[in-house]
Amino acid sequence: MDHMPENWGRPRSEIYGVYNSAIHNAGPATHTQQPSITGTSVIALKYNKGVMLAADNLASYGSLARFTDQERLIKVGKETVVGISGDVSDMQYIELLLERLIIEDNYEQDGHNLRAPHIYEYLSRVMYNRRSKVDPLWNAILVAGKKDDGSPFLAYVDLLGVTYSSPSIATGFGAYLAVPLLRKIASDDGDEKKITEEQARAAIDECMKVLFYRDARSLDKYSVATVTTDGEVTIEQNVRCKDMSWRFAEHIHGYGTQKM
Amino acid sequence: MFRNSYDNDSITYSPTGRLFQVEYALEAIKQGSASVGLVSKTHAVVVALKRSAEELGSYQKKIIRIDDHLGIALAGLAPDARVLSNFMRQQAMSSRMIYNRPIPISRVVSAIGDKAQRNTQTYGRRPYGVGLLVAGFDETGPHLFEFQPSGTVLEYFGAAIGARSQSARTYLERNFDQFPEASLEDLVLHGLRALRDTLAQDKELLAQNTSIGIVGLDTKFTLYDNDDVRGWLEKLGNVGSTRGRRPPEEREPEATEDAPVTDAPPPEETDTVEPIETDA
Repeated sequence: MDHMPENWGRPRSEIYGVYNSAIHNAGPATHTQQPSITGTSVIALKYNKGVMLAADNLASYGSLARFTDQERLIKVGKETVVGISGDVSDMQYIELLLERLIIEDNYEQDGHNLRAPHIYEYLSRVMYNRRSKVDPLWNAILVAGKKDDGSPFLAYVDLLGVTYSSPSIATGFGAYLAVPLLRKIASDDGDEKKITEEQARAAIDECMKVLFYRDARSLDKYSVATVTTDGEVTIEQNVRCKDMSWRFAEHIHGYGTQKM
Repeated sequence: MFRNSYDNDSITYSPTGRLFQVEYALEAIKQGSASVGLVSKTHAVVVALKRSAEELGSYQKKIIRIDDHLGIALAGLAPDARVLSNFMRQQAMSSRMIYNRPIPISRVVSAIGDKAQRNTQTYGRRPYGVGLLVAGFDETGPHLFEFQPSGTVLEYFGAAIGARSQSARTYLERNFDQFPEASLEDLVLHGLRALRDTLAQDKELLAQNTSIGIVGLDTKFTLYDNDDVRGWLEKLGNVGSTRGRRPPEEREPEATEDAPVTDAPPPEETDTVEPIETDA
């Protein structure tokens, strides 16, 4: 059986002559990549005065922990933080796009500036457009800031163009390990009003610790970004997981059934 | 005497540094009937006088809604206004789609300003023959911009374009310090009074020939035409032109007071009669 669609229904070469090879060998255009250097989870939750995000400083090359100084939380404009996981070269491209966006936005100096919801909409359009060309930016992105009404803003968009918003969001492994922990304090819209900055930070640190325990492509050194509804952005770097207990590993051999 | 030798195309200067084609375009605006715009702290209002080619014909639309927060009033070549308004709608839609935000007024007028300027510097193209008053509301409040075929875009507290617009401008200049704090109703009445001053002799503001556009913080851009303007015209009271006539007895003669701001305009309004502008 001939598995090539371009050969189906085609007249036989012996009778009608060989098909033009330029047409014959041209397959469909495919650009879907595999990510090469990648960042793992980005986690975030809203609290009473804003949004807090965290992402570790690891850029992995497959299973090699290649770069341990990669910053994955970006300040955009005056009051927005964007956290990016996934392919690092695509992340750097997105950083470039955002930088250009802000530069152009500042040309007019007319008192109008792009804020988190606008940057989010822009990135959503870019991500969905690339997916529709079957040439995705291989990332999952969190955008944090404040809404027009002054309340905290936090939303997600990824390589498929999927978008959603929630008081607590995480990408990658964080979606499985961190979100349930974050949802213990922030699960429904409005819960964030009851969460203080200290509580939020405690939850974030706990999640990053759990991720370092269980995500095999993570690092114990990370950055924490805080965007307040007053419009202040702080990114604390070189935060380390504290009070970890690895004693459980003492007597473990192998992955499950191995005895020695 | 040599004025006409440098006016063949848009890209030739005259020896005195003028672009005649652009100036001719400005003349086209003066041929159109008047449009007036004004802003307060809370609203932006445009009013326009519609013309009909003949008695049985429809009246040319003078105010166009661009977006929920933005509209324009035109004077001059209406088809050129249509092209520009379509472009503005595209820009406005694009801003909402890409950034999820209503386009800032200054940005959309910069876009048409740049577009118009291109036609003043390209061989084979002519300048747009229409002037626009762009009224809108964005994060920095209500705005009124005047757009001209040269590409000049300026922001105003009050502006008027079209035939006999100088009379309207004079009214606006006399009363503009009342605009910022004016209620919406007072603002519209100021606009209608300014528009009334552009009427030719023996003409009146009527429901068929008057158009009003209003936008504000909690008011999406709304267009009032025909029956919807009757209420405003009733509040205005005196809808007739004051050109070429002595002021009637009950009006104070030659007063230079500003028009009083009241809900029911008194018959003894003190708008001074302006010298008649020659019709082109």
